[in-house]
Parts: sequence; C-alpha cells; structure tokens
Amino acid sequence: MNSSVKHSNPSVMVTADGVPLMVSLSRAKRKAKIRALLLVTPLFLFILVTFFIPIASMLLRSVDNEVVEETLSRTVPILQGWDQTGDTIPDETVFVALHQDFVDGYREKTIGSPGRRLNYEKPGFSSLFRKTARKAEKFEPPYQAAFIKADKKWGDINYWRVLKRESGPSTDSYYMTALDYGYNDIGERVAKADDQSIYVDLFGRTFWISFVITSICLVLAFPISYLLSILPAKSSNLLMILVLLPFWTSLLVRTSAWIALLQQQGVINDMLVWAGFLGDDNRLAMIHNQAGTIIAMVHVLLPFMVLPLYSVMKTIPQSYMRAARSLGANPFTAFVRVYLPGTIPGIGAGSILVFIISIGYYITPALVGGQSGTLISNFIAYHLQSSLNWGLAAALGAILLFAVFALYILYDKIVGIDNMKLG
Amino acid sequence: MSNDQPYVQFKNVQKSYDGVILVVKGFNLDVAEGEFITMLGPSGSGKTTCLMMLAGFETATHGDIILDGQSINDVAPHKRNIGMVFQNYALFPHMTVAENLMFPLEVRNMPKSDAQKKVQKALDMVQMGSFGQRRPGQLSGGQQQRVAVARALVFDAKLVLMDEPLGALDKQLREQMQYEIKHIHDNLGVTVVYVTHDQSEALTMSDRIAVFDDGVVKQLASPSELYEKPDNAFVAQFIGENNTLRGKITSIDGNDCRVDIDGHGEMIAQAINIGGVGDMTTLSLRPERVWLDPDDTFPNVFEGKVEELIYLGDHIRTRMTVCGHDEFIVKIPNSTDHKDLQVGDTTKIGWKVEDCRALDCTD
Repeated sequence: MNSSVKHSNPSVMVTADGVPLMVSLSRAKRKAKIRALLLVTPLFLFILVTFFIPIASMLLRSVDNEVVEETLSRTVPILQGWDQTGDTIPDETVFVALHQDFVDGYREKTIGSPGRRLNYEKPGFSSLFRKTARKAEKFEPPYQAAFIKADKKWGDINYWRVLKRESGPSTDSYYMTALDYGYNDIGERVAKADDQSIYVDLFGRTFWISFVITSICLVLAFPISYLLSILPAKSSNLLMILVLLPFWTSLLVRTSAWIALLQQQGVINDMLVWAGFLGDDNRLAMIHNQAGTIIAMVHVLLPFMVLPLYSVMKTIPQSYMRAARSLGANPFTAFVRVYLPGTIPGIGAGSILVFIISIGYYITPALVGGQSGTLISNFIAYHLQSSLNWGLAAALGAILLFAVFALYILYDKIVGIDNMKLG
Repeated sequence: MSNDQPYVQFKNVQKSYDGVILVVKGFNLDVAEGEFITMLGPSGSGKTTCLMMLAGFETATHGDIILDGQSINDVAPHKRNIGMVFQNYALFPHMTVAENLMFPLEVRNMPKSDAQKKVQKALDMVQMGSFGQRRPGQLSGGQQQRVAVARALVFDAKLVLMDEPLGALDKQLREQMQYEIKHIHDNLGVTVVYVTHDQSEALTMSDRIAVFDDGVVKQLASPSELYEKPDNAFVAQFIGENNTLRGKITSIDGNDCRVDIDGHGEMIAQAINIGGVGDMTTLSLRPERVWLDPDDTFPNVFEGKVEELIYLGDHIRTRMTVCGHDEFIVKIPNSTDHKDLQVGDTTKIGWKVEDCRALDCTD
C-alpha cells in the first residue's frame, strides 16, 4: 500500500499503515467478541436444551400423526384410492393389506397405538383395534368378511372415513378439538354443539380470570408502590421486605394457608359468623371456585406488579408533581396528566408480566380452583398426565403460546416494548 | 396594592419536620412587589424549606405567610398562582416544550389560540422560539433551564420562586443565565424569590439577600451592604473572602474598640457586634482592603511574613503570617508597579479602622 492508493479511493477510511479502518477495527474487536460469545455459551446451551427444543417438540407434537401411517403402512397407501364420499366400505384389497398390518402389528405389539390415536377422533377405535388384533392371525380370506365378522364396526363406513382422514403424516384435529371444532359424518369441519364445547369457554375463562387478576393486582400495587417510592429508604426497605415475603414462602404453604382461611369452616367465615354479618347456615363459598383462584393468585402475583411499578416510580422525581401543582393543576389533574404517563412503562411491564404468568398458572387453580376456577393449564396437565392425549395437550399449549405472542405484539404496538421497564 | 404593604410577608414562621428540631426558627421577611430577593445559605440552613412553604408544598408549623395581603397558609399550591423553577427543571418528559408551556394555560381553561400566542411569546422571550416541538430530553441543560423559566412565567404569575435553578449548569453557562434571568426580571417586573447556596450568584442577581444559617436569618441586606458591612462573623465568612482574627476587647471608645490579638499586638476596629471589655471578638477584614507599605495615617500597621504566593492573573493572592495567624490573606492587585514579594519576605501591612469590623465571637 502506498499513498497513491489512499488518494485513489478517498471514501474508504484507512489507518496509518493503509489497512482499511473497518478491517482493522474488526480485528481489534475480535478478541472481545470471542470472549462475549464464550460468556454467553453455557446459558445459551442450557436454554436451547431446556426451553427451545422442548417448545419446538411440543409444537411438532401438536400436529404429528405419523403413528397411523407407520403402523398401517400397507393399508394407508391403498386406502388413498378409496372414495370416502361414496357409501361403500373399501374393497377386499384394502382388507388384505389391513390383515397383513394387523398381523405384523400384533406381533410387534404396536397395533394399540393407532387404535388409541384414532379413538380420540371416534370412540370405539381402541377396542376395535385390540379386539381385531387378537384374532387377526386366524383370519381366512376373504378378509373383508372375516374382519366384519370379528367386529361389525369394520363394516361401518364412518370408521373408515375417520381412518382415511387421519392417515396422513400430520393432522389438524388436535387444534380443531382445542378450538371446539369437530368433523361431521361426511368429514366437514363443524363447530361442536354448545354442550360439548369445552376449550373455547376455558380459554375465555382463563383470559378473563387473568384479566381480573391483573386488574386487581394493578389496583392494589399502585398505591403501595407509590408509597414505597416516596418513603425514606429505611421504612421503604422494611415495607419492601413485607412485599417480597410471599416470595420466600413455599407456594404450596401459601396456598394451603388460603384454604385454611377461606374455606366454609375457615377463619374468615368463622369471624364473619361470630361478628354477626353472616348466619351460620349461610357461610360464604370463597374457595374451590373462581373467587378462590382469584384471591390466591392475586396474592401470589402481587410482587410481580409491585416491583416494576416501584422501579419506575422511583425514577419519577417528586418535583414533577410539585411543578404541575405550582402551574395550577389540582392534585387529580396533576396525577393524571403528569404522574400517570410517567408510570406507563411500569404499568405495562407489570401488567404483561402478571397476565402472562396468570394464563399459564397451574398449581394454585389446581388446589383452590374447584370446578369454576380451573384454568386451561389444568386441562393441559390433565391431558398430559391422565388422558395421555399429548397431541391435544400440545395443541392447547401452543394456542396459549401464540396468544402470548399476539399479546406481546399488541403491547409493542400500543405501548412500545422499549418503554417496558422490569426493574 | 399600596406601596407600603409588602407583597410577600413571612411573619414569625417556624417549621419542624419531627417535632424535635426546628429547621426554620422564627423567619420574618417582607418582600416588596417587583423585588428580587435571594435566600442564601449553606445546605440544610432552612432556605429551601422557606421557599417550599411559600409555594405551598410544606406547611408552616407556626406563623403566617401572607401573599398580596392574604394569608395563604390554607391555600392549596395550585391556587396560589405562583410560578416556580425547580432545581432539575422538572419539565414533563412526555410532553413537548410547547405542551409543557401549554399545561398551565390548559388547566386555566384559556382558549387555545390565545394560549398558543402566549406560549410562543414566552418561548421567544427566552430565545427558544424554534424549539416548541422538541422534547425536554432533546435539549441541553441550559435550554431546559430557559424552558423552565418560560413555563414559570407563561401564565403571568406575579411571583416566581426559583430553587437553585442554575445548580446543574457549568460555570460559564451559569453566569450567562444569571444575567438573563436578571434581565427578564427587570423587563417583566415580576417578584422573584430565589434560593441558592452560591454567594456570587446571589450578589450578581439580587436586590436584597437573606443569609440563612441553621434556620435563622443572619442578615437581610443589599449585596453591597452584606459584603461591606456584615453584621456578624457568619455573614462575613460566608460572603466573599475574609480574614478572621480573634482577640480580646481591651477598651471601647464610641464606635471604635481596641482588640488584643493573643499578645501579638493591638488592633483598632469598628465596634459592630461585640460584648463588653474583656469579651472575645472576631475581627473581619477583607483581603483587598489591606495595604502594603502603609503611610503614617493608618492606625493599624503590622508586619507580615509571606508564606505563599498564588498568581491569579488580575491579582496575586498572598498568604502571610500576621500576629501569629498564618492564614492571613492579602490580595495584591497586578498593577504595573506592584510590589514584588518573595516567599519568606517580611513586609509592612496596614488597614483602616472602617475596614476592620469587630463582630460576634461564634465559639
């Protein structure tokens, strides 16, 4: 490099020895970058393994349907040629393949899985598969007659329609169930009757209860956060410990304490009866219902509202309110026009935090929610642990996840995510 | 309003936060309409508390505060119609500059077109006319300060309070703003009550200065009187540079007294604020009132030994040992033929009786 090169291209900044400045800069920064990367790596791997991979696998599972195609590997391709809109069941070729699949499946003990899978779509499949599998080895051609003889459901066209519909590698039926949709006999998507729809109402209830909890938290947390922010450090620290005290107690203990307090023979009812506000036969039902869920969850989640609010309020100088007052605003106007806008980042952060935690909350509603206070998460847990319908659980969880994303985007549009302040 | 009635009056005002300690101990002050009054004092001396009581953010524990003939003890801050400039400006960050200035007019339900004219006029007054659409966060400290002043004036408040408004600015900008605020005051004729701990700021701007110490006003006077004729040792020390010499009064003769400085010599001083013969007193003497090589007309002539010379451009600050006191400062003007002293030299120094004030002995 010589000086003529430098002059020929004046737009590129170069260092004293002619190396382009950008190259030199990135060389100088490389070490710092590598170190930053190394510092981040352990946590990144942890998050990858414990968070992103499970979520990805959950999202996959909510549409995964490979078990039918895998187990009935001979039947499924042939079945594609059958016209499910007609009114005849598949012909002998399908039953030949089905026989082979059943014989193999029984030997390899895999035949139960598609049965269980299809049973979610139409009850009866599970027993049909088990019953047929036991006898399949002894079947003689013609297989169609043999199958129908073993169980007459094989002659029912509706079972075949479901089998064909759910023979692909992926399915939307979990999402449909999660949104209270189903298929009618001829395979059209229809909304379920009111008495059969569960999940939409449950999502609605989950969002409503979360909204109520968030609102109550905000109303309760705002004054206390304000007080915390204006008190001298000594008293505000003590108060802060009281606010954080719930964090240091086991969730289970706290929830049990609420049961002891709120139940019909509990402390609060006893006191109200003793004080004469209530008749002994007229005790309030405050637990194992929605009220119980709301009371206990507000208690659990209140610190999540107080902390962001407090951290924002602490940065608002008291002189703002004073300035507003001196400029002629009455206390209410000064609060609404000057103080409140300053607390928006805290309100936003606290509300979104409490709301998001609420819609996925599990343990408290499970313990004190009763029938009317259970949330969607309790049904997800039910499908994971009891009904073992993991696909449906995954679909419900995915819907919850999308709802949170939607909420986040909405919040970003309205408040701006940069305005959020968590502490 | 009649001229003899003060515009703002503090009548024996006391304030305690905890019921044990009085932070303001019997404060009396009359402010005439259009006057620029400064409350000056070290931090914790009660000056800001007095200002906050006037603004209505603190309540007086005892006494009366009167504004334009009305007691305002029970008037809410927003009904006092007092403009205020805060230490950190307190501009509302979520509003533009123009919206900040609109705020006091909006809460007064002024028609929008009138309000906009007033806002523009106020911004023009502080040379911020083209900054109306900016947010406070986009302005420099000095610009925010101007906006804060404009906001305190835009609703035609007749009284404006300023709580160390220039404290956050650098020295040069601070001096410039001092003149600007002074000019605004002169042009508008508003009454200003100003709080600061910076004595040069107080001297520059004020018509009168109240010097606070420990909840008490030590002296209330014009800047020149405060500097030339301090009433007590605290004021003499606090305002400007000052030589303090302590001694025992040996005789009092009318307005003058003789003071013995620990056996090192006897000085003649004006008797301002002293006890009787035999009591201790603090002599106050400004460094620029000390003469080198005085002639015979000077009643006080002593020897000084030069300990330290600091060259400050316009003068040379010389520290000497005089009468066993080694913190004696003399300012030697840097004139063409000033005496060329070296460290270790001994020289004769002298001063007049009227420049040496015998004041109270603080401890």
